[in-house]
Amino acid sequence: MKNLFRASGFSVSVLAASLAVLGACTSDDGSSGAQAEKPAQRLKVATTTSLYDTGLWNLLEDRFERRHNLRLDILYAGTGIAMEYGRRGDVDVLVVHDRAREEQFIADGYGLERVPFACNFFVIAGPADDPAGIGNLGPAAALKKLYQEREWAFISRGDESGTHAREKAVWKAAGLDYETVRTSGAWYVEAGRGMGPTMLMAGEMRGYTLADVGTFLAFRGTTGLAPIVDRSDLLLNVYSIIAINPDRVETARFEEVRTLIDFLVSDEIQELIGAYGIEEYGAPLFIPCAGREPTD
Amino acid sequence: MTQLWLGFVKALELLATFDREVLEIAGRSLAVSSLACLVAGTVCLPLAGVIHFSRFPTRRLLISFIQTLYSLPTVLVGLLVFLLFSRSGPLGSLGLMFTPGLMVIGQALLIMPVILGLTISALAGIDNKVSLTAVSLGASRFQTSLLNLREARFAVLAALTMGFGRAISEVGLALMVGGNIRGYTRTLTTAISLETARGDIELSLALGIILLAIALVINIALNRLQQAGDDAAD
Repeated sequence: MKNLFRASGFSVSVLAASLAVLGACTSDDGSSGAQAEKPAQRLKVATTTSLYDTGLWNLLEDRFERRHNLRLDILYAGTGIAMEYGRRGDVDVLVVHDRAREEQFIADGYGLERVPFACNFFVIAGPADDPAGIGNLGPAAALKKLYQEREWAFISRGDESGTHAREKAVWKAAGLDYETVRTSGAWYVEAGRGMGPTMLMAGEMRGYTLADVGTFLAFRGTTGLAPIVDRSDLLLNVYSIIAINPDRVETARFEEVRTLIDFLVSDEIQELIGAYGIEEYGAPLFIPCAGREPTD
Repeated sequence: MTQLWLGFVKALELLATFDREVLEIAGRSLAVSSLACLVAGTVCLPLAGVIHFSRFPTRRLLISFIQTLYSLPTVLVGLLVFLLFSRSGPLGSLGLMFTPGLMVIGQALLIMPVILGLTISALAGIDNKVSLTAVSLGASRFQTSLLNLREARFAVLAALTMGFGRAISEVGLALMVGGNIRGYTRTLTTAISLETARGDIELSLALGIILLAIALVINIALNRLQQAGDDAAD
C-alpha cells in the first residue's frame, strides 16, 4: 500500500511539473510588448518552405512580434497544402509563390487580395561538372535534354508546392506532357519533401533539380550543387501574401492580417528583405518588390 | 562518426549553457507527452479493469483488435485528428488546430491501445486467488478490480512507460496537428525533423541525444521506484 502511495505521489509530482512547464512555455504571450494589457492574439501564417528554410521568417517574426501585440504562428507548408489549410480555415494568411493557383484561389472566393512582396529566380541546380551538358541551354531546352537522355537523375519536389508547379510549367514550355515525363523511368525522382531535403537528395544522387535561388544559396555548402541554368523569365519567382476572405471563411481575421501585410511592404522591412543573406551567402537571397508585380 | 561525436559535444554544450530555446522545446516535449500519458492512463486503466473482469462473447476479438492498434501509424492518427479538429471538421469550432492541446489529445489517442492492451495483460497475469480471497472477504466488484490493479502495479507502470515512450518519440502526429510552430508547438522530434531538413545534422543529433537523456532519466526514476517497492515488499 505504502509503495502505491509513493508511486502515485511520484507520478503526481511529475505531472504537476509538466503542467507548470507547459504553462511556462505558453504563457509568455505578449509579455514583451508595452501594450500587453490583454494577451496577444495568435495569427496563423502558412508559409512556403523556401522562405522558412532560408531563415527569413525567423528574423521577420521576431521583428513583428516586438512591434505588435500579435503572435505569429508560422507553419511551413508547400503552396498546395498551405492553400488547403486556407480553404479549411486553419490559417489566417498565406505566403505562397504560384501565381496561377493564387489567382484561382482568389477567384474561388477564398482569398482577398494578392500582394507580392519579394521575388527572386529559380535555378536548375546540378553537379558542378554538369555531366549532362545542359549549362548553356535555356531552362526548357535543358529539361528537354535531360528527358531525352534519361541518364541523369532529376529530383522533383513532387509535393504540389509552388516550385513543383513551376517545374511543371517548364516541362510544358519544353513541349512535353508532365505525366509522360513523370512516369518515364527511374531517372525522374519524386522527393515529396521540402526544398532543402530535395536539394540534399539531388546532391547525394548527383542529379539535377529545380530550386528557388534563396534555398539554393542557403544549402549550397551542404549539397555541393552548382547553378547550371538560371536567369530566364521562365524562372522568375514571386512571393506574395494573401489574406483569407472572412466572407468565405468566417474565422479569418482580416484586420490583424492587414497589420502583417503593411509590415511586410513597409520600407524598413523591404530593405531588410533586400539585404537578407548578403552577410552569410555573399549575395542577397531576395529582391524586394513592395506590393507591385515585378513584371508589370 | 565525427558527426556523431560533434553532435554529442553539441548536446552537452546546449545543456551546459541552458540554451533557452532547447530547454523550452525539451520542456514542451516532456509536458505534452506526460499529459497525453495522464489522459490515456485515466481512460485506459479503469477500462482495462472493466474489460478484464467482464465476460462477453466478443471479448477475445476485442483484445486482438486492441493489440492490432499497437501498430497504429502516427501519421494516420494525425490525419484523423486533423480532419476532426480542422476548422471545417466536426470539432473545428473548438479552435484547437495547431495548438499544444491538440497534440496532447492526439498523442493520448495514439498510446491508448498500448496502455489498454498491456494493462489487460498485466491483470491477466495476477493470480486468480487474489480475486477469490477478496470476494470471500466481502469485497465489491469495484474493490476487487482496484485490488487487482494494485497487485499488477509494476506491470501497469511498465505499460504507462511504454505509452509515454511512444508519445515522446513520435513525430508524424506532432507535425501534422501541431504544425511545428516555433515557440508554441515545436517538440524535440519535430525540431529534429526540421533541422535535418535544413542540413544542421549536429543540432539534430544533439536534440536526439537530449531526447534519449530524458527517456533515460525517467526510466531510472521508475526503476528505482520499482526497486524501492520490491525492497519494502520483502
